[in-house]
Amino acid sequence: MGEAIVITSGKGGVGKTTTTANLGTALALAGKRVCLVDTDIGLRNLDVVMGLENRIIYDLVDVVQGRCTVQKALVKDKRFDDKLYLLPAAQTSDKTAVTPEQMKKLIHELKQDYDYILIDCPAGIEQGYRNAVAGADGAIVVTTPEVSAVRDADRIIGLLEKEENVRSPRLIINRIRGHMVKNGDMLDIDEIVMHLSIDLLGIIADDENVIKASNNGEPIVLDPNSKASIAYRNIARRILGESVPLQSLEEEQKGVFAKIKKFFGMR
Amino acid sequence: MNRQKQQYVTIKGTKDGLTLHLDDTCSYHDLVMELEEKLSVNQTNEPDGPLVAVHLKVGNRYLTPEQEEEIRTLIRTKKNLVVESIDSNVITKEEALGWKRKTEIVSVSKIVRSGQILHVKGDLLLIGDVNPGGTVIAGGNIFILGALRGIAHAGYYGNKEAVIAASVMKPMQLRISDIMSRSPDYKSEERNEMECAYIDDNNQIVVDRLQLLTHLRPHLTRLERRL
Ligand SMILES: Nc1ncnc2c1ncn2[C@@H]1O[C@H](COP(=O)(O)OP(=O)(O)O)[C@@H](O)[C@H]1O
Ligand SMILES: [Mg+2]
Repeated sequence: MGEAIVITSGKGGVGKTTTTANLGTALALAGKRVCLVDTDIGLRNLDVVMGLENRIIYDLVDVVQGRCTVQKALVKDKRFDDKLYLLPAAQTSDKTAVTPEQMKKLIHELKQDYDYILIDCPAGIEQGYRNAVAGADGAIVVTTPEVSAVRDADRIIGLLEKEENVRSPRLIINRIRGHMVKNGDMLDIDEIVMHLSIDLLGIIADDENVIKASNNGEPIVLDPNSKASIAYRNIARRILGESVPLQSLEEEQKGVFAKIKKFFGMR
Repeated sequence: MNRQKQQYVTIKGTKDGLTLHLDDTCSYHDLVMELEEKLSVNQTNEPDGPLVAVHLKVGNRYLTPEQEEEIRTLIRTKKNLVVESIDSNVITKEEALGWKRKTEIVSVSKIVRSGQILHVKGDLLLIGDVNPGGTVIAGGNIFILGALRGIAHAGYYGNKEAVIAASVMKPMQLRISDIMSRSPDYKSEERNEMECAYIDDNNQIVVDRLQLLTHLRPHLTRLERRL
């Protein structure tokens, strides 16, 4: 039986959908059977980021309201021969069209067939959030190094800790810009992790290629050379239970000379 | 011979007034009857004399608030007598629990996150942080082994002696009883380690070194508990 992980943040626009698409793709590349579930009813876009938009026939609401079977609604990603599927959100209904009980049942059903179910959560803490969390076994909280995003992440972690079926949430810090952190214009990673005090699953640099890739419907993780891609793959490996050390963004950016200076304790 | 029946009420004069020992085995009815009788007999009848304080010792008898009031009224009608104290060995379970809640130190190990409220009746010992947007409230003192970055309200029911202490004191707001203070709008680089907040003589909340509490609030030392 598979594992269902909800990807959530409280605040909108911090990278939940991007993270869901890239981690799902990375897990499929690692040979796992993966199903992505978009619960952002009314504002679906996981299908766009995955480049699967024009294959949608049925959606999540059709499934829970019994208009079709799950199998029929699932969109297969042909790039990963039978490894990656998407259950799209409805575009026309709203979040109240689905109840947490229905979601629980649906996710349970999917867990029979897939190794990982990644649930893309809408922003907010209302019904959309409750639907997304209902069937989850684990949670990933995405934040950016901004005070407001961290505040919302803290709120969400507080709510997740009350969910009996959800294991302790883990953290991804997205869109880190090395120079802003260094100048003190952004919160730094240690500060955020200490403040939220949950396990850090990984960090992703702010990278315009992420946006380009999403616009093309090709998650960045398919480009083996980008830093963001490596970061997503590493996170996928950590989800699979490997212990992969965190690569520091600084080291990557500063080059060899900086590394040597660091080695000698210079600044 | 008119043999005196059993004594339910014993009256003793002390320098603080009268002490009335009331028997705790007889019925409440008999007790009130005898009290009435005794006070009528013993009345000194000096209407203009000084008020005499009366201390009641009721032993192991529990008096309901109504009964207490009845006895107070009864004694008050005896001209210059006023009840100063009623001392009973017993309290109800409810009162005992309430008292326990108000005086106990509740220890909690968690992070109080944004949007969460932790409320205790007595003193709070929090092992963990209060994050921005999180709130801790205590009827008594608040001690935080961790960082206070949210809101703390001590002395919630009006106790101005209450204090707030934290390993790292970076609060958004501090409240003690009905006094409030908020953090400055600028970000300070101070570390604010091991600090405490209390209401000073000007009725304002001040934050200072934790060590000052020893002098400011000696009653924080409670090696023995009293009712
Ligand atoms: N690491 C990143 N670097 C640059 N842009 C990013 C990154 N992560 C996300 N974005 C962009 O931020 C925007 C919001 O991301 P999205 O995943 O849709 O957020 P959410 O689902 O939380 O609302 C998108 O335009 C996305 O391409
Ligand atoms: Mg989204």
